[in-house]
Amino acid sequence: MSARATRATSFGALLLARTWRDPRSRVASVVLALVALAALLAPLLTPYDPAAQLDIVRLRSLAPSLAHPFGTDPYSRDVLTRVLFGARVSLSIAFAAVALSISFGILVGVVAGYVGGMVDVVLMRLVDAALAIPRLLLIIAVVALWGSLSVASLTVLIAGVGWFTVSRLVRAETLVVRDRDYVVAARALGTSPWRHVLPNVVGPGIVNATLAVGNVILLEAGLSYLGIGVRPPTASWGSIIQDGAERVSDLWWLTVFPGLAIVVTVFACNALGDALRDALDPRQLPLSASEDLVHRP
Amino acid sequence: MVTTLTFVLVHLAPGDPIAATLDRPGVTEAVRQQWRESFGLDRPLSEQYVRWVANAARGELGYSFSHHRPVRDVLADTLPRTMLLGGLALVLSFVLGVLVGVLQAERPGGARDRWLGRVLLLLYSVPDFWLALVALLVFAYRLPIFPAGGIVDPVMHDYLSVGGRIADRLSHLVLPVLTLTLLSAASIARYQRSALMEVLPSDWMRTALAKGLSARAAVRRHAVRNALLPTITLAGLWLPTLAAGAVFIEKVFSWPGMGLATVNAIGARDYPLVTAGVLAISVLVVAGALLADIAVAIVDPRVRLS
Amino acid sequence: MTEPLLELDDLRTYFYTDTGVARAVDGVSFHVNAGETVGVVGESGCGKSVTALSILRLVRPPGRIERGSAIRFEGKDLMALDERAMQQVRGNRIAMVFQEPMTALNPVFTIGDQIAEVARIHAGMSRRDAWAKAVEMLTLVGMPAAEQRAGEYPHQLSGGMRQRVVIAMALVMNPALVIADEPTTALDVTIQAQILELLADLTRRLGTSVLLITHDLGVVAENCQRVIVMYAGEVVEEATTATLFADAHHPYTEGLLGAMPRVGSDAERLATIPGTVPPPTAWPPGCRFHDRCPYAWDRCAREHPPLYQLGGGHVSRCHLAEEPEHRAHPHPPLAAELGVA
Repeated sequence: MSARATRATSFGALLLARTWRDPRSRVASVVLALVALAALLAPLLTPYDPAAQLDIVRLRSLAPSLAHPFGTDPYSRDVLTRVLFGARVSLSIAFAAVALSISFGILVGVVAGYVGGMVDVVLMRLVDAALAIPRLLLIIAVVALWGSLSVASLTVLIAGVGWFTVSRLVRAETLVVRDRDYVVAARALGTSPWRHVLPNVVGPGIVNATLAVGNVILLEAGLSYLGIGVRPPTASWGSIIQDGAERVSDLWWLTVFPGLAIVVTVFACNALGDALRDALDPRQLPLSASEDLVHRP
Repeated sequence: MVTTLTFVLVHLAPGDPIAATLDRPGVTEAVRQQWRESFGLDRPLSEQYVRWVANAARGELGYSFSHHRPVRDVLADTLPRTMLLGGLALVLSFVLGVLVGVLQAERPGGARDRWLGRVLLLLYSVPDFWLALVALLVFAYRLPIFPAGGIVDPVMHDYLSVGGRIADRLSHLVLPVLTLTLLSAASIARYQRSALMEVLPSDWMRTALAKGLSARAAVRRHAVRNALLPTITLAGLWLPTLAAGAVFIEKVFSWPGMGLATVNAIGARDYPLVTAGVLAISVLVVAGALLADIAVAIVDPRVRLS
Repeated sequence: MTEPLLELDDLRTYFYTDTGVARAVDGVSFHVNAGETVGVVGESGCGKSVTALSILRLVRPPGRIERGSAIRFEGKDLMALDERAMQQVRGNRIAMVFQEPMTALNPVFTIGDQIAEVARIHAGMSRRDAWAKAVEMLTLVGMPAAEQRAGEYPHQLSGGMRQRVVIAMALVMNPALVIADEPTTALDVTIQAQILELLADLTRRLGTSVLLITHDLGVVAENCQRVIVMYAGEVVEEATTATLFADAHHPYTEGLLGAMPRVGSDAERLATIPGTVPPPTAWPPGCRFHDRCPYAWDRCAREHPPLYQLGGGHVSRCHLAEEPEHRAHPHPPLAAELGVA
């Protein structure tokens, strides 16, 4: 019995149920929810403004204390505040970029797989060539040569280099489904074939998206660290680390705390993505014939 | 295809390299124009492209504005350093990754598998530059075991004995290579584990057990040989990832390799160096993929003898 | 009477799945004597393959051999052995021949290596000696140019050749028992006969006992001295081959015999047994065959029949042993009436 044999609604319910049973996903979801909540409620959780320089003479570069649990930076800004607001920036970039790239990837993948022919060849060649160049370098090249980018442009750029794998995946799925009988019938009847293609794509798409969010957070952090991501004085987790990059040893709190935030969030994304992927694995679906059971590991 | 893409990208960017480099008082517009002419920047773009490709094929890659040296020389210096770093990291991370993957697959679902899995996932979630920074913090600053950067000790190196010099080079290698290795190894181990899990239910695994092999021996002897094949392919395709990682590692540890040079060149709008850098990496990537294909063809008897 | 080589005593192997507990093997008992070839017959889903794997304790989770099952081999209970001792039995004292020769061999090792491996593990032979032994075995199973072909890979051989390799692997250590699980099902008909003949010949020469699992009664007729018929996780009939073919008792066996294609018969269609095997997660109460049985009456739906002794080693799990008069009133089985053909 394959996952595709069941209808879309029961498939969704089954997926959710199987995922929820996995302890990893429960913990990960809770963590992610907490992080998102912290980001949303940032202004309520801290009295300071992330860009406010509190007292450049007396309050700069302070180690963590009760008043400033994450310390202050060389501009006497409270680091905890910046980490909280940085969550907003980093997370929104991640979600937006992933949403964009997945949508675009699905679009391209379906078009390539469905239309086929020259369109398919050209698109896939483009994808292959782009995949040969390391994503990071592509971004670095574009960003640095264009000058500084707004957060919005950065998001679009990250999305722009992230859709390749998704399109490949989706194209493969489309090819499989396209020649199935019910799709041919649908086409003959003039109804849209999208209805048939999309449900099959949703599963791996969700896994991909979850993992992608984690990857984008890492990517954005790296770019900001190199100075070509989020620009000062905006706080993102990566840019805070950049602030402390010159004096890593002295101002260790500028490196450690945002980094921990990143690790925790990305770890949760990865754990959730893994749990989703396992839940999708058709080999774990219940079997009926007993002889089949002999061959299970 | 790749070269075209690179060239197009680089030249689409606004900004004039000459203007940027020579943006100093006292340099008149006439002088700038002269420079432009001598570098051929005033010719139509298509002509520039053709000349560039032709030159590149001949190994003539232009002049680096920011280094004031031919690009070829800059690459000759920096490329080997990056390859040293990357090469060591590649080998180590594959050995480590495969080992860990096998250790996990011997008892899937067991305690060892689960704990290793968690550690790996954690490593996988860490930004490479951050790990490097933390490593720097702990092992170079707080506990002064390893040097904080560079490739050799700037002051002492020349005065050391041969043995001392080797030790010096080695100690400067440790942290960068280790950081790069750990993160790669985490991904590879995950990959190797899932490759092994793919083959565990195979019929021939069951045959191996029926012959009297222990589960552990069956995994090590039979499963690994099979599951190694996709991993070899991965090794060939690993270069883009390493390259990206190398950029950060080189920046944090001030390792004067090509990643660092390229990033700095971009900041300085040194087009020739940038395009050469990206081109070099792309060439390596394609070469790596090719090598991997060849390697698999050699190792897999089904391919070899067909 | 000498002790049997292998004796299964109330073997139960259950699988704990999401949809329930599948009682694949539910109280199977039989024995195999030294030098005998015993056939185990039944359609897919009856538990015969699981029985085979259970003997070698190769059943993996979610399957488990239940406590209380006894597998006595050469006087010892295999269930009492630890894993290491079990490894010394597998491939050495009991060997298995699997159904699919294509996938049963590891594609990245030479066939010589794979045979030699058995000798290295169990006899501690050096590489050279083990290789020589492998060549010897290949010659034994009738592989031409054994010396050269030992260096070939499985994908270079035909199906029949591969199965010979598998047999060679099984016989290296001269085991007391070979379990052959549908060894010829995946092969061409012409090759099937060759392989079976080879197996019969070698085992006779070496004095090996064989437990031959198959769904093909024709195979059993040619090669086995005794036959065990399984259905729905249980033994339903056991007899010598001659008796079974001449005087089958259980209606299921009758059905199987009736379904055998016979050259020269003037039936236009093969007789099939209506209905299907019930799912192992839900064996019906009473006799598990009753809904497909042409003689069933009310007792059969209620009361699970034990194995009745019919004399001379012939047993049958059917109430007809006590009330044979019902055989005179055949009727369309329940399953046929319900339209489940």
